[in-house]
Amino acid sequence: MRKLVGLVCCFVLLCCTSAAFAAAPIRIGGLFAVTGPASFLGEPEKNTLEMLVKQVNARGGIKGSKIELVVYDTGGDATKAVQLATKLIKNDKVVAIVGPSTTGETMAVIPVCEKEQIPLISCAAGIKITDPVKKWVFKTPANDHVAAEKILIQAQKAKQKTLAIITVSDAFGASGREQLKQMAAKRGFKIVADEVYGPKDTDMTAQLTKIKAAKPDAIICWGTNPGPAVITRNIKQLGIKTPVYQSHGVASKKYIELATPEAAEGVMLPAGKLAVYHLLKKNDPQAKVLKEYADSYRRNYNVEPSTFGGYAYDGFALIAAAVKGGAQTPAAIRDGIEKNGKMVGVSGIFHMSAADHNGLDLSAFEMVQVRKGDWVIMH
Amino acid sequence: MELLQFVISGLATGSIYALIGLSFAIIFNSTGIINFAQGEFVMLGGVLTICAITLLKLPLLAAILAAVAGTTLVGIIFERFAIRPLKNATPLSLIIITIGASILIRGVVMLLFGKDTQALPAFSGTTPIEVGSATLLPQHLWIFGVTILVIIGSRLFFHHTITGKAMRACSFNRRAASLVGISVWRMVLLSFVISSALGSLAGVIIAPLTMTAYDVGVMLGLKGFCAAIMGGMGSGLGTVLGGLILGILESLGAGLLSSGYKDAIAFFILLLILFVRPQGLFKKGETERV
Repeated sequence: MRKLVGLVCCFVLLCCTSAAFAAAPIRIGGLFAVTGPASFLGEPEKNTLEMLVKQVNARGGIKGSKIELVVYDTGGDATKAVQLATKLIKNDKVVAIVGPSTTGETMAVIPVCEKEQIPLISCAAGIKITDPVKKWVFKTPANDHVAAEKILIQAQKAKQKTLAIITVSDAFGASGREQLKQMAAKRGFKIVADEVYGPKDTDMTAQLTKIKAAKPDAIICWGTNPGPAVITRNIKQLGIKTPVYQSHGVASKKYIELATPEAAEGVMLPAGKLAVYHLLKKNDPQAKVLKEYADSYRRNYNVEPSTFGGYAYDGFALIAAAVKGGAQTPAAIRDGIEKNGKMVGVSGIFHMSAADHNGLDLSAFEMVQVRKGDWVIMH
Repeated sequence: MELLQFVISGLATGSIYALIGLSFAIIFNSTGIINFAQGEFVMLGGVLTICAITLLKLPLLAAILAAVAGTTLVGIIFERFAIRPLKNATPLSLIIITIGASILIRGVVMLLFGKDTQALPAFSGTTPIEVGSATLLPQHLWIFGVTILVIIGSRLFFHHTITGKAMRACSFNRRAASLVGISVWRMVLLSFVISSALGSLAGVIIAPLTMTAYDVGVMLGLKGFCAAIMGGMGSGLGTVLGGLILGILESLGAGLLSSGYKDAIAFFILLLILFVRPQGLFKKGETERV
């Protein structure tokens, strides 16, 4: 009998010690616009985050800590995003949040995270998110002005002096329009036509006819599909021969397919490296990360990965790096992200610091051109 | 110089609005309700055609027929299960039902076929045709052609066939129509059949130009509604002219004034007409005989 008690005691003791060895799980939250008008952003972001968490846990977690993920769908609605962020923090007790998907939602959620002192890693591109720097807020997509600058540098190289811009009348287009006008003036370009179109417009020949009459050296279009594809087709229809730049908003094969390869021939745009990872040089520092992400995304979901999913990838990678450095609490994770130093991600190479909570520069984009229905990197 | 291009672009988008406006008017005339799911029929036309081509590997013509048939079926189901069971509903509650149906159809299409925008190949190439200093695409000719055929067809149907005349009778006075032996419910069903077929046809012929996705129906539906209002909700030439005028004004507004106000111009005109000539641009005010 005594032997049995001893055995049980041993067993209980063993259980206790092994439980003590496995660290407590780390719970992170995701807020994405999985449905609604911004679902093209939220869906790949959610998929990416779920895939990464599954992979990390299959390898035994980070430093023995399993990752628990709680994802909510905001539907692209700022009010809902705020409610769900509060729910993540108060009910689910997450230590960090990845998302939301759009700039509007992010701006609404920022006060909540600042007050509750929970790190927020936004997947939206608006420059307002990290400028000025907020203590608890980071973001992974490059600023719109980086893409605009990339285009203008290319235009300068090609000795183009007068520009026509045509932008979509939503938040993305408005931000692009502002950045383009500001930077074009700084770099000595003259904007001879400034047109806008609605996100659901089906024919832009009127605006383009006006642009044609202004005789610009180049046309810059800023929008997300399908608008830019319609514009590309309209440009061909009107027989406009002016060089065309598109924004990074259409940096996927879908754009070439929608615009048709003949009409898109010669169009130039700044693309996140994920869109062209198979064309990168072997020694590109991002080549390995991009290929791994693209391959596993394709394997898991049977669709091409998108740049947007990359934002969530980087968000998770930043948190994971901080946890690997020993951080467990929200405050430690925030410090860990900020002091992370150089990190090779999908959207670019991050250099986070106390003064820069985005950490990306011009190298986040490659200028690419459409040739025969595929991308070619420009040099 | 540029004016010609503005007018041609306007005519092209205007004929699309006209076609959609016509299908609004047909249901309005036989039931007195405005079917806000009309834009969804347009979307279904395009989306189903693409599906028939990519999933069923049908040739273009067969795919179009399948899509129009499929959309018509949706129209019939809609009428049979959402409109007909409500025997004594007011037009207002019926209109709200159509809004609900439009959200339902959009959601189902999004779940089944995804959120991506897709393009249908052009029916006869994409080589631009020059008209003076302006250009248009072969697809525009298809749109003009189909619009003209539909106008002639609806004129013949509504004025020269017994069924068409019966439908018009229902629109003038339902009770009197049923007293002379017209089955009003059959006419209502028929109006849904014609209008969903027409809407989907419009969706098919514009899909190569404008591309299509689960959510294109909203804006196209609203613009078609504008056209129908301008034409005074008649199912004839008025609606067609309304659509064309709307298209041209939009394109002139975008070209000559500011492209930022393109939609504002369209809806401003709609409001203006509703205030000043609620009976439509081309209709004489109705006189009630006592």
